Amino acid sequence: MSLQREDVEKIAHLARIELSEADIPRYTDNLSSIFEFIEQLNSVDTKGIVPMAHPLDAVARLRPDMVSETDQRVHFQQNAPLVEAGLYLVPKVIE
Amino acid sequence: MHTKSLTELSQGLRNREFSSVELTQHFLDRIKRYDGQLNSFITVTEEVALAQAKAADELLQAGNPSSPLTGIPLAHKDIFCTNGIKTSCGSKMLDNFVAPYDAHVVSKGQAAGLVMLGKTNMDEFAMGSSNETSYFGAVKNPWDVQAVPGGSSGGSAAAVAARLAPMATGTDTGGSIRQPAALCGITGLKPTYGLVSRFGMIAFASSLDQGGPMAASAEDAALMLNAMVGFDPRDSTSLEREAEDYTAQLNNSIEGLKIGVPSAFFSEGLDPRVAAVVEAAIKEYEAAGATVQDVTLPNNHLSVPAYYIIAPAECSSNLARYDGVRFGYRCDKPKDLIDLYKRSRAEGFGSEVKRRIMVGTYALSAGYYDAYYLKAQQIRRLISEDFKQAFSEVDVIMGPVSPTPAFNLGEKTDDPVTMYLSDIYTISINLAGVPAMSIPAGFVDNRPVGLQLIGNYFSEAKLLNIAHQYQQRTDWHAKVPAAFA
Repeated sequence: MSLQREDVEKIAHLARIELSEADIPRYTDNLSSIFEFIEQLNSVDTKGIVPMAHPLDAVARLRPDMVSETDQRVHFQQNAPLVEAGLYLVPKVIE
Repeated sequence: MHTKSLTELSQGLRNREFSSVELTQHFLDRIKRYDGQLNSFITVTEEVALAQAKAADELLQAGNPSSPLTGIPLAHKDIFCTNGIKTSCGSKMLDNFVAPYDAHVVSKGQAAGLVMLGKTNMDEFAMGSSNETSYFGAVKNPWDVQAVPGGSSGGSAAAVAARLAPMATGTDTGGSIRQPAALCGITGLKPTYGLVSRFGMIAFASSLDQGGPMAASAEDAALMLNAMVGFDPRDSTSLEREAEDYTAQLNNSIEGLKIGVPSAFFSEGLDPRVAAVVEAAIKEYEAAGATVQDVTLPNNHLSVPAYYIIAPAECSSNLARYDGVRFGYRCDKPKDLIDLYKRSRAEGFGSEVKRRIMVGTYALSAGYYDAYYLKAQQIRRLISEDFKQAFSEVDVIMGPVSPTPAFNLGEKTDDPVTMYLSDIYTISINLAGVPAMSIPAGFVDNRPVGLQLIGNYFSEAKLLNIAHQYQQRTDWHAKVPAAFA
């Protein structure tokens, strides 16, 4: 399968990755060759086969609904690029 | 001191032949002296190491060591979060990230009295088979500094091979413990999915990621695995099992062992010189009383394409958290929120990571889920059924780890698909979730070749037994590259 420039631009937007003009042809080639390689899966008949999400088919454990975490906001926010009054700052979203 | 086994180091510490501080200083000195050539460490934690060594010495002196490994140093792959210490995952995105807590594997190591020497280099977010995608530069193979060490746990493999650390942690999503172990001539084990907690292990593809030991020998790997495995409620796929001593079966006889050899692992693409080394190793097992038969893994050729749907899909989801807002890299002067996301991710991630995020984003995007992700999960079932069938006939499957010995730096980075195909013998194991090891089995052009041992679910102790018996009869695992002796 060969991807077009517009496909790659759309994918990059969905993935929230800025691509430069120079990057686009390279990623278009790379992604096309990866999807061409993946195509061979289509030759396999998988009708009726249960998809495998976990090697041991384990299911998610349940736990009692109790508070188990303490507030560590100050600690965690030490890694944040920009905070003020305990809030994460981003460029203005609503004018 | 650096060529001693973990058992010898443990005895040396207990007999007061040397202290943990002396032992730790010895390895720190070796890192200082040699790592400029290898680039196997991203961060060396000298102060932490010496403080932990001092504490270990006190426990040893009081006759109260917390485990057989108390006082012995190790290195952690920089994918494991270490509280208060930079945890980069090989990425510019996390170059400024100081982990706010310890991974389960790290706290278990501390509880066992292990001494952390530092954090090892790796492919960015564990995506790569050569260690060339690291933001911190490629790691060199200690056997030949022109060659790659393999990846993604290339720093851990190179550090152990050059004896800059007696053991190191690794993670394996598609071969990232076994392939660098093979290319650097050490012993590495990927456990059954769910045995080692993923808590604090930076996520790549959650249904495949598994941590494991990298060490000089199977005996060392068994001791190290004892200090890594354990149920952890903080990992939703951690398995609740009774604790097992992975050294318990090491000395069992392998007389009558049934070895399966899949013809699919010896087809086109395998370097005939690698095939010869692997065949000679299997002959050695026959001489030790094992029998060999063919097994078929008819869907193995589908493992790489299925993996390159599943792993990127899970990575695109896991790596969505790197948004430039809460932690990690943020671009300069974003003009709006979208620009903040897009440029932070464009500048913070390297090109292989971006490629995989985009492949996964496309595969999961509206209208494509059934055609790609669901299809790949069905193929995954077929691959896992192949193993089930094979293990109803044999005790262990043997074959190569990598189709070639270590290739040269820069040789393959241009073409992603060629690089992906070098994982053809390792990926199906992750898809099935079974355990597998790589052990040193010889050399081609002075570059190491690994033998892969694949076992059924929870057969780690048996695999280590099989590996140990080979290592009792051969000395490939004891060889150290001359430049680092």
